[in-house]
Amino acid sequence: MSSSNHNRAGFLAIELDGAGYENLATAVLAAESAGFHVATFTDGRVPGRANALQRAAFAGPVTRTIAVVPEVDTVYTEPFHISTQLASLDYVSGGRAGWIVTAAESPEAAVAVGRSSVAGGALAQEAAASIEVGRRLWDSWEDDAVIRDVATGRYIDVDKLHYADFETPADFPGPGYSVKGPSIIPRPLQGQLPVLAAASLVGDGLVPVDAVDAVLVTAPTPELLAAEVRDVRARLGASVAVVAELDVVLDSRGEAAVSRSLSAQEDGRARFVGSPAGLTDLLDSLLQEADGVRLHPAAVDVELDELSRLVLPELRRRGSLRAPIQDGTFRDVLGLGPAENRYSTTAAAAAAGK
Amino acid sequence: MTQHNRAIFQPSGQIQFGIFFQGVNSGTVWKAAESGSQTDFESFRRLVQTAERGKFAAFFLGEGLRLREHLGRPHALDVVGRPDAQTMLAALAAVTTNIGLVATQNTTYNDPADLAHRLSSLDLISGGRAAWNIVTTDNAWTGANFRRGGYLDHADRYRHAEAFVETAKRIWDSWETPNGPARRVLHEGQHYTVDVTPRLPRSAQYRPVLFQAGDSPDGRDFAARQADVIFSAHPKFDDAVEFRRDIVARSVAAGRGANSVQIMPASEFILAATDQEAQEKKAWVRSLQIGPQQSIAYLEQFWGRELSSYDPDGPLPEIDPVVEETSETRGSGFHGAKARQLADQWRAEAKDKGLSIRQFVTSKTARIDATFTGSYTAVADHLAEYARVGAVDGFNISPWLIPTGLDDIVNHLVPELQDRGVYPTEYRGTTLRENLGLEMPVRSEEPVQV
Repeated sequence: MSSSNHNRAGFLAIELDGAGYENLATAVLAAESAGFHVATFTDGRVPGRANALQRAAFAGPVTRTIAVVPEVDTVYTEPFHISTQLASLDYVSGGRAGWIVTAAESPEAAVAVGRSSVAGGALAQEAAASIEVGRRLWDSWEDDAVIRDVATGRYIDVDKLHYADFETPADFPGPGYSVKGPSIIPRPLQGQLPVLAAASLVGDGLVPVDAVDAVLVTAPTPELLAAEVRDVRARLGASVAVVAELDVVLDSRGEAAVSRSLSAQEDGRARFVGSPAGLTDLLDSLLQEADGVRLHPAAVDVELDELSRLVLPELRRRGSLRAPIQDGTFRDVLGLGPAENRYSTTAAAAAAGK
Repeated sequence: MTQHNRAIFQPSGQIQFGIFFQGVNSGTVWKAAESGSQTDFESFRRLVQTAERGKFAAFFLGEGLRLREHLGRPHALDVVGRPDAQTMLAALAAVTTNIGLVATQNTTYNDPADLAHRLSSLDLISGGRAAWNIVTTDNAWTGANFRRGGYLDHADRYRHAEAFVETAKRIWDSWETPNGPARRVLHEGQHYTVDVTPRLPRSAQYRPVLFQAGDSPDGRDFAARQADVIFSAHPKFDDAVEFRRDIVARSVAAGRGANSVQIMPASEFILAATDQEAQEKKAWVRSLQIGPQQSIAYLEQFWGRELSSYDPDGPLPEIDPVVEETSETRGSGFHGAKARQLADQWRAEAKDKGLSIRQFVTSKTARIDATFTGSYTAVADHLAEYARVGAVDGFNISPWLIPTGLDDIVNHLVPELQDRGVYPTEYRGTTLRENLGLEMPVRSEEPVQV
């Protein structure tokens, strides 16, 4: 049936920042019905932009298939709050939450909370510490910790709760800190939320590869993107999913994309400007290299319209785009198995019995 | 507009309801068959949609930033596992249209610029339905979960909280027009410094509504200066009237109107078709709230030692409290000689009244003052009296059962109150401020910095 011969089928994500907070429900529903697997929510310090994690939480109950994945900063935030907020997001979305870890240099963010500005290599160390805290706290309740045992009067089994006892490493560049735990909320529905970060933040001396589940890869032009994806895969190995980042401006409603592409390119991302058919071909080839592609539409409603009518159906027909998984988790989208619990007494007991 | 003396309190003749989802307490029954999840979204969706059907003004979420402990380990006997307040409320905003969404948030373990931004977000996402229940904690024990740690002196906490709230208000007041420009907000205080240009405009209700629950003289003055609504601990009629008088005096002294600060006490409702059935139901609820294990655990908090060999249906322990170990026990307010004195006093009291451990602990822990027990009509008559004299502006109800605990209130009590003309039959507007009947904040007079 298909004219091309593929053996890979990937996923597509879409950044919904352009929908703001007023058109959020409409936009995320449109993205879900178009067949996107993931909606992301950026959280940079831009006037008019509401908190990303809350926008993702709002999107959770109005959808049932698309993953809702906010950016959350790790430099000027409290890791305990981040961990419990993301765990809560997993509950309100029925196991469809993820976390795009950011650690950007921002003197503006620093003075807002009265901290010294963090820069350079220290940013990745902040991110690594926050991820470790988050993951330990998610595991700090075992899956079956809530027992509701009427006979003994116990609501929880205290043996299945664990102190995180996190301490920043001795060579931590900023002021060190510790986090006690356990979490205040049970283990997330997914056990561990998938953690994503820019590929530039991950690697030797940065955020450890095994701390993340997927990386976001950027290149200056669409032509360079596939090669960059291959390079990142070679550098980081097969344990992380690779997601290519692409700005998209499409011909739409009788208007050529070039005339709609007014803003100068500032974000450093590859930008596709052209017809839906041209984008389909580009994504088709990108999805042979990357596990997924995240699209940043120039205008959410305009591009979503073209994408849903002309691009995603054709990619599915060609076999390069997977069908969304009804009631699936974000771990399912990334092909991750069940998350083991580092503190699991059940697993330890089973292993000892072997 | 009719003129009236702002220093004279005018009863509205109405009461409203809020629901307080506690999520971590012994008052929530989990041993009954109907008891559902304390964490899953479906429990929250069902509760909030029931509340909205009953025209409740607000849905409150509590917060605790460290798991309670008992004798050095997490406390096992009560419900626990409440989701993060603002995350849950942002999700509930998507499945509701009118009800207010109140997040309990701590001034000690948050940064003012960050918390103000997140509350603004919730307010905008919900179309002007957000509120902040301001709490302040001073212990290093909770601080062990945070970079910031626990750094506050107990005596300092209201000064700190007030500086925090003032800064948040300036942040919410910063946008000159709905499209900007925004005024830079600077604050240099003892515990934090802020230098921020706010990124979000004012909401449909201007800024989040402020709730506060402090009950000491300092706490009351703080509320009278800063809060829109007091989440009070004075639900009993005479006590409520006296509390109103006190808050009106403090509000007027603080330069605000006598009606500027509303009062919604914490409460529990145990209702049935007849008074007798309600009393029977109450006995059943109490037996599930304080079981044999909870009775022993309650005494262990004060004794500072394990008492599991004692019979819950027998007399209070004859051995004395362990003095040093009480510091290990969170939730204990008594230490050293005070613990021994308390134990003597309690043993005498239980003996006098002929109470077993379990009966004694039930008498100490039940929300006696805060519980309205009776038939729908009798309780409605009683509440109508609160409305008539303006003793309170409403009640913040903690359901003892999740997620069905509001059903009989909404199905039976609310219609009785509506029939008596003391409870709203429709939402007045779409914002929490409108639905509570609060005044719009007055815009800051500070000029914009260019």
